[in-house]
Amino acid sequence: MTDTSLAFVRKELAERRDPPSSFVGPVAWLRTNLFGSLFDALLTVMGVAIVVSLVWSVLDFAVVRAVWSAESGEACRAEGVGACWPFVEAYWKQFVYGRYPAEERWRPTLVFVLFAATLIPLAMPKVPYKRLNVIAFLVVMPIVSYFLLTGGIFGLVPVETTLWGGLLVTLIVSVVGIVCSLPLGILLALGRRSKLPIVKMLCVVTIEFWRGVPLITVLFMASNMLPLFMPAGMDVDKLLRALIGVAIFTSAYLAETIRGGLQAIPKGQYEGAMALGLGYWQMMGLIVMPQALKLVIPGIVNSFISLFKDTTLVLIVSIFDLLGMIQASLSDPIWISPVTGKTGYLVAAMLFWIFCFGMSRYSQWMERRLATGHKR
Amino acid sequence: MTKRPGSSGADEPPRVAWYNDPVKRGYIFQALTLLAVIVGAWTIIHNTAVNLEKRNIAQGFGFLATTAGFDIAQTPIDYPHDSSYGRAILVGLVNTAIVAIIGVVFATMIGFLIGVGRLSRNFVISRLCGAYVELIRNLPLLLQIFFWYFAVLSILPAPRNSLQIVPDWVFLNNRGLYLPEFHFGGFAGAGITWGFLAGLVISWFVRRWARRRQEETGQQFPAGWATLGLIFGLPLLAFIASGFDLTLVAAKKSTFNLQGGIQLIPELMALVVALAIYTASFIAEVVRAGILAVSHGQTEAARSLGLSHGQNLRLVVIPQAMRVIIPPLTNQYLNLTKNSSLAVAIAYPDLVSLGGIVLNQSGQAIEVIAIWMAIYLGISVTTALVMNAYNRRVAIVER
Repeated sequence: MTDTSLAFVRKELAERRDPPSSFVGPVAWLRTNLFGSLFDALLTVMGVAIVVSLVWSVLDFAVVRAVWSAESGEACRAEGVGACWPFVEAYWKQFVYGRYPAEERWRPTLVFVLFAATLIPLAMPKVPYKRLNVIAFLVVMPIVSYFLLTGGIFGLVPVETTLWGGLLVTLIVSVVGIVCSLPLGILLALGRRSKLPIVKMLCVVTIEFWRGVPLITVLFMASNMLPLFMPAGMDVDKLLRALIGVAIFTSAYLAETIRGGLQAIPKGQYEGAMALGLGYWQMMGLIVMPQALKLVIPGIVNSFISLFKDTTLVLIVSIFDLLGMIQASLSDPIWISPVTGKTGYLVAAMLFWIFCFGMSRYSQWMERRLATGHKR
Repeated sequence: MTKRPGSSGADEPPRVAWYNDPVKRGYIFQALTLLAVIVGAWTIIHNTAVNLEKRNIAQGFGFLATTAGFDIAQTPIDYPHDSSYGRAILVGLVNTAIVAIIGVVFATMIGFLIGVGRLSRNFVISRLCGAYVELIRNLPLLLQIFFWYFAVLSILPAPRNSLQIVPDWVFLNNRGLYLPEFHFGGFAGAGITWGFLAGLVISWFVRRWARRRQEETGQQFPAGWATLGLIFGLPLLAFIASGFDLTLVAAKKSTFNLQGGIQLIPELMALVVALAIYTASFIAEVVRAGILAVSHGQTEAARSLGLSHGQNLRLVVIPQAMRVIIPPLTNQYLNLTKNSSLAVAIAYPDLVSLGGIVLNQSGQAIEVIAIWMAIYLGISVTTALVMNAYNRRVAIVER
């Protein structure tokens, strides 16, 4: 009798086999994501067709059929041509500076540089000296910019605000709007959460009023009614009127954003501050606001994006921002042609899109960054 | 036991200086705020009165009865030549309502399509919808209105060479879109109206009966299809009974223009297209967030109860998603209505645009702006109240 056992115990692990080829790799991806069913396949084909035709029509217009160099709009008036780039080249400086005197354009340029130099480090969480940076951005930069742009001091030639325009005005309106509306928004948000009934009611009415009306009517109001409100003989600059309107309008929206942040701060923080014997303003200024504002940075950036888009409306009260400048340049008889309009709008769209998309990506990134710190 | 000043025993009231008592401080602070507001308001009113007097501008709403004397491109309600400013503003209000309603309908349709599309498992479709949202909502609305008005619609051919979307019936040219007018015969018109109303009423009773029956016996009745059939079927029956008594009146070409039919002016089209496309990108995000807010466990539970995919969507996912979607959706509708005021940039005769003309002609800025603000605020506040009522109704009842 031989000593053989039929029992089999495997000593080593079975060798790993690849999954069936229809479940991995590009083929499986295609099957699940693109051609899951007949309807899916149909949608895919339709989607690809739309993408291809859209991308091609834009490329065709902006590159293939485009006019690249010309002295006047004659070449752009030809049949079947695409974008009229020489028009943009001729007007580019005006899109950026408006009608700011040519020999003084270094001043807005310097302002742009200052703006970028103070904002970019502020936006990067890793860069130190945030407190100094905030002061530089909120106090030093605006004052220096104001004197640089208006002139009349240190031998700078005075430049009236009616000559300002283009990207310069877009940036001024949106930045001044957000910077001025921030303190106002904080006060309104605090007031809305106040226990004092009269203060609370005033703040609620103010916030809901400005949120309930369109920005255009606010701008009309600022440009038509502000001069009436002022004591006789006092005149308010047209740009300043628009800025006041924009700042008040934005502060109502910011107040609601900030209120959201205030509500997210746990009650223990308030109680802790009170237990330490801090008064209301100390509690808010030292304990609650720093945490709440940090939480609502993405919300503030989002408000800034919509304000940045809404600055285009100042065109209605005849202040020429980037879009206003482009719109005005379209009626220049030298360059007038069927494609000039599309070219101008394409430029405006690209500029606005880059700014807004960049900011929205930044706000999403910031949101993720902040979210990790508050996970429990 | 020694008492420090400021501290108190158990039964004594606290001995703090009156200016440190939070209650009294509150009163003082509020009184000061109120005083500041009253002084501010009084200063403004005083300055305004002085300025108005100096500029010889009348006050009050008497100007609303003055003859307007300007023409309006789109008059959905009668606007004879000797109409007053008040009538002009009323026309503007109706025009605003037209833009808002058409815009809301299209924005909702596009927005839901894009929002659902973004969640599609189909890679191409989801990316395409994502690109739409990222592209459109990062471009200023005014730019989009300008694009559609100046770059697309204004380079359409002149009326003589109209594009024929549906040959001989629907025309498109640089004066707008021309649709045929519907003229129902007397019996057909009345039949369709009454059929529609009867369909509404009967379907309400059918639904009630169907719900009762399901609660009692568990048997389901296809109430949705029945409703659809009743609401559309009854008018259709009436229309058939009238012997198809319908005449379509298309626009006819005259020498330079098209006559008759329904004309949608290019300003209206540009505004509606831009508003719908722009708002749709926000609605898409609202819809996406709403659907994502329904946890996957709900779907799994529905499947394990034996509900089909369609039933799961209809009975489980959509009702819960709607609860999340509707409040921000209303907000977007409100934004669309407020944004329709951008009409002034392309001279579509809406409330702000016509009001602006009245403002310039009469010089009565305060009154005109007050009318604007009152109307827009009225719309906002009404919507907010309706929304609050809705939220109370659908709020999850916690037990």
